[in-house]
Amino acid sequence: MIFYASMAVAGWLLLVGLYGIVTSRHLMHLCLCLTVLQSATYVMLTGIGNRRGASAPVYAGGVPTSAPVVDPVVQALMLTDIVVEATVVALLLAITLQVQKKTGSTDPDNVSVMKG
Amino acid sequence: MAWLVPMPVAGPLLVAAVIAAVGGMFPRRLVDALATVTAGAVLVVCVVLAREAGAGHGAPLVYWFGGWRPGSVARAGAFPVGVSFVVDPLGASMASLVSLLMLAAMMFSWAWFKEVKVFFRTIMLIFLAAMCGLCLTGDLFNLFVWFELMTAAGVTLCGYKSQESSPLQGALNFAVPNTIGAFMTLIGIGLVYAYTGSLNMAAAGETLRAHPPGSLALMALLLVSAGFLVKGALAPFHFWLADAHAVAPTPVSVLFSGVMVELGLFAIWRVYWGVFSGIPDAPEHAVRVLLLLVGTLTAVWGGLMCYGQHHFKRLLAFSTVCHMGLMAIGVGLLSPRAAAGTALYVAGHACAKGAIFLISGIFLHRFGTVDEMELRGKGRWAPIAGVLMVIGALGLAGVPPFGTGFGGEMIDEAAKDAGAEWVKIVFIFGGAVTAGAVLRAAGRIYWNLGASMEATAARAPRIEERRETRGHEGATPWTMWLPAAALLLVGMGISVWPGLQEAALHAAARMQETGNYRAVVLAGAGGGEGALARAALPAVHSSAGGIGTAAITVSLAVALAIAGLTGMLRGRVGRVVGAGIDWLRVLQSGQVGDYVAWLVAGMAAYGGVLLMGR
Repeated sequence: MIFYASMAVAGWLLLVGLYGIVTSRHLMHLCLCLTVLQSATYVMLTGIGNRRGASAPVYAGGVPTSAPVVDPVVQALMLTDIVVEATVVALLLAITLQVQKKTGSTDPDNVSVMKG
Repeated sequence: MAWLVPMPVAGPLLVAAVIAAVGGMFPRRLVDALATVTAGAVLVVCVVLAREAGAGHGAPLVYWFGGWRPGSVARAGAFPVGVSFVVDPLGASMASLVSLLMLAAMMFSWAWFKEVKVFFRTIMLIFLAAMCGLCLTGDLFNLFVWFELMTAAGVTLCGYKSQESSPLQGALNFAVPNTIGAFMTLIGIGLVYAYTGSLNMAAAGETLRAHPPGSLALMALLLVSAGFLVKGALAPFHFWLADAHAVAPTPVSVLFSGVMVELGLFAIWRVYWGVFSGIPDAPEHAVRVLLLLVGTLTAVWGGLMCYGQHHFKRLLAFSTVCHMGLMAIGVGLLSPRAAAGTALYVAGHACAKGAIFLISGIFLHRFGTVDEMELRGKGRWAPIAGVLMVIGALGLAGVPPFGTGFGGEMIDEAAKDAGAEWVKIVFIFGGAVTAGAVLRAAGRIYWNLGASMEATAARAPRIEERRETRGHEGATPWTMWLPAAALLLVGMGISVWPGLQEAALHAAARMQETGNYRAVVLAGAGGGEGALARAALPAVHSSAGGIGTAAITVSLAVALAIAGLTGMLRGRVGRVVGAGIDWLRVLQSGQVGDYVAWLVAGMAAYGGVLLMGR
């Protein structure tokens, strides 16, 4: 059940993020939409690793190794994903700043000097 | 030899870290030398790996990071928990090509750039590590990570000249569609993991074959391919490429056009054969129909746009789009012969295109512009570049002994075997249009021809461009033209090197023979001769590399160049073609939102094609 719910949420976040990027009029808004889109992957990955009645994948503090835990692999993937995408978003924000300095505007339309 | 496997990735990353930390304290030339030597060392290692993996039985070299091989975790059994690099001859050859181009770019940038800082060398080395990692990895998520690292490094390099507007636009249009594509790839990888419980390509493929997942397989294949389709600049995901490649610093453009986009196609190929082949739910003919369709569309689209440009680097960028379409056709035929042909084609194209991009860098160095119209008649001040430019154009046209000639011929033969003779026409079109555009530019620059421009080129964008170098008076420094000449020589030598065509054929056959690959990775055993008997390997034809086809292509290219220079395109046919190009030009709006909309529409359309082709 939680699996299907998380898939539905991930799908919704994906579509909302895409819509935001396509219609964006502000580069900052565009970066934020990209992070919304990215959270779709987080929700989906954690949803995949979920198990009913399982706890966090940490066997410390008296948790027996036989206790059910959620899949730690997808959580590792998610962490890596966060790191990688933080880099990309940081780059985009740097570009946004530079565009603002250069053109005095943050509308993606004003950046496009090359057409056709 | 297994200890060598992680070196193409670990080496450049380590050197990059050292340069970033202490490079500022040393003279610039020392940092330049260290970076160049590193690229050269990676080239040597990759060539050794390619030879090693191709020797003997042809079992790929497998390296498990941290020794986490299957069976090392008691509870997991033979299930691969660790991350592996799997080196097969083709992947290692691709990595060799990457480091060869990196070496040329590193050399070229000795004399280049007013302020090549430590930072530039650092990012270039990280870029090299990411591309090599993508070639060698055997793990789906690892593939995604190298892919994203490649994008991040690429965007940084693309926007390096951040004081100008057009590199900012280029970097933005590069980053956003590629990142969205990467998210879709990650979602696809998540689906594969959810179904198979494995990220290792061999293990996931084995599970999918044993328990076919129904139509989920096609959906996962399309999603996983999404990022690679965008990176591979296949229509309608290709818009970002022209904006990014045209404005990146010249040595970076060489890498972008020569290998980076090709790696997108390589990843599709790797994932299809590693994970999705042999599943009845993802049938070969659906994939073939999709790739042939996409390839043809891309070749025509890119070719027309290429001819309609007069900013020389943008012209070359669209030429790359066109050639990507041709390569997609080669991959899409799904036969070992076509794949081997594509490998030769990629190598030949990378060398020819890389050389011409370096020549555009020489123009920028000497004359401060790369606009074909502004360069008119200035060629006599840079004679070597002119000779190299015409040779490079022949390479684009697919004239033997260039890799594009022999490779194209092999793809044509494979297409004939598959009953798709029309592929030859697309190859002639692509070669003629892209070579014709370069020859037209050469005619303007070197023979002072074509004072008037055709109406359609007048609507091409003019892009501000600043000189990247100092000391442009006097002769061109040898560090600028020598890499270009060397690349052209390699591009010609590559397909006539004794035994290399057979080697390519064997390598392609091995890569597509997934049973052996999976057995070696999962069991850790030498796979022996594998299911594919030597007898099944198709023989290399002792063809002349398609002299006839090349002659037709070159004649057409010359005709197109003359037509462009003399204004013959103002006739009725010219007006129709011009209107077509203008229509395509409108679609290249330069706005990232539009490109993302195209991405979504393209994904939906190609999903439909896959489902209908099933």
